[in-house]
Amino acid sequence: MRNPLLSIGAALVLLLAVCAATATWIAPYDPNGQDILARLSGPSAAHWLGTDNFGRDVASRILAGLRVLFAVSSVSVLAALLLGGTIGIVAAWRGGWTERVAMRLMDVFFAFPIILLAIGVVAVLGPGVIGTAIAIGVVYTPIFARSLRAPARLLLASDYVEAARATGAGTRRILLRHLLPNLAPVILVQASLSLSTAMLVEASLSFLGLGTQPPTASLGRMLAESRAFMALSPWPALFSGLAILVAAFGFNLLGDGLQDRLDPRLRGRS
Amino acid sequence: MIRAALARLAELAVVALGVSVLVFLMIHLIPGDAAQVMLGADDVGAAQVAALRERLGLDRPLPVQFARWLWRAVQGDFGASIWTGRPVIDEIAGRAGITAELTALALGLALLLSVPAGCVMAAMRSSVSDYAVRIVSIVGVTMPSFWLGAMLLVLATTLLPGVAVIGYVPFDDDPWGHLQRLALPALALSLPVLAALSRILRAAMIDSLGQDYVRTARAKGVAEWRVVAVHALRNALIPFVTSAGIMAGYLFGGSVVLEQVFAIPGLGRLMVGAIAERNYPLVQAAILLATLAFVGVNLLVDLLYLAIDPRARRGSAA
Repeated sequence: MRNPLLSIGAALVLLLAVCAATATWIAPYDPNGQDILARLSGPSAAHWLGTDNFGRDVASRILAGLRVLFAVSSVSVLAALLLGGTIGIVAAWRGGWTERVAMRLMDVFFAFPIILLAIGVVAVLGPGVIGTAIAIGVVYTPIFARSLRAPARLLLASDYVEAARATGAGTRRILLRHLLPNLAPVILVQASLSLSTAMLVEASLSFLGLGTQPPTASLGRMLAESRAFMALSPWPALFSGLAILVAAFGFNLLGDGLQDRLDPRLRGRS
Repeated sequence: MIRAALARLAELAVVALGVSVLVFLMIHLIPGDAAQVMLGADDVGAAQVAALRERLGLDRPLPVQFARWLWRAVQGDFGASIWTGRPVIDEIAGRAGITAELTALALGLALLLSVPAGCVMAAMRSSVSDYAVRIVSIVGVTMPSFWLGAMLLVLATTLLPGVAVIGYVPFDDDPWGHLQRLALPALALSLPVLAALSRILRAAMIDSLGQDYVRTARAKGVAEWRVVAVHALRNALIPFVTSAGIMAGYLFGGSVVLEQVFAIPGLGRLMVGAIAERNYPLVQAAILLATLAFVGVNLLVDLLYLAIDPRARRGSAA
């Protein structure tokens, strides 16, 4: 019973990741190079996705923006996974007050609408790539803590962990041999879905002018800047948004498909 | 019922206090000297910085500052704007209503359309439609609403030249113009949520239609539409209502961004402007009030959940 959507999602993610990683080499033009005579031209053989108001090649700028989008969201989601995952697992392991206090603290972060929390963090740290990355990390930490605590608790109470303890396995062994491998599917699903929405958060912040600052390419800011001349040429706005959509869609499809194949005992309990 | 509601209320009170502490700390987490950062330019005199520090009470011990800030906030005093000197609360009051209205319009639209959409999709279930629903809903959820808004704007200005679709006029001045300008942003905002909610309701309906009580209802000759709309839907609404609360916060965040596209003078534009001016009291108050409103909406949703699901009322509603 294979799910074709899972394969499509995986292929899409892989394709975009390769494009993002090799953006510098495969981009047909310098993303900041200007071809003044070909300003605001539509898609053509010379410029596949057209040019913007400075005559810069839209396709090359999208590739460069994709690279930043991937870098910022994956670094910050990874950091959130490490921090939030640790909090969730330690909470499940220790139980009692540790668990209660840790989870209440996560509830506080959860209470903020995502964008608002991210805007708050950027307001404190100042606009820019670093501020955006930390903001996304802060937003996703409680999400990982919550989604890993429940399955970690289930696993820790299971017979085989009990058996491992009975045979004298230490904390390290239980953690590395029994807990983490069994949590891997949950981690994969959550990381994939989080990457999808983290990309939308990054794009939103950049769109508001709070994220990546010029001259670094950014899909969100590209969309914001191209709105001014949308009536003359809708292409830059159309394609930059479409790139954000495709990237977020790929990760979401992947996470959604993985969730279906996930161990049913660990599914949907949070 | 009362017990479960009170327990939830106590829990949310703790969360609200935690939110206040966090928002209060914002100003102290700014790297460097907060007063200096707020005033910006380096050529500001030390006296001016010291004056602002004193005005904001930054020279006192942290717990004292928090107690003072909270005590004033409870009374509706969030301090004065760094630049205009006007009470922050007055600046927010004029804007928050617009964002709240946009959020409510979008949520209403999504709720209104997702119930029939979810029911119909559940009734017409097949393996092909399973995939189609999944793809469409994932596209809907991952579509940046500010991009969708921008694209709708291009379409509207091309197809309907001369019709005002951006900006804002108060309802009292021109009710029709007011709604006309909010229509596109509300639509762009609601589509992702409509996609998510329809999918959740569809899954819950499919689950619910397979239950014994639905079979019993059919066996005793209840009309099919009644089986779907009354027996199955009531149970399927439980996960739906729970997620609708989360969606309210999501919509609010989306509205903050969309205001930029449609030139709507709401809270989002106020906040983005305030961040650029490093007007922290304003940013703090806006984030705190919006988050508390969101916590309140979630309390309402929880109470609604208790009212719909008799099982949640008994025992330890955990």
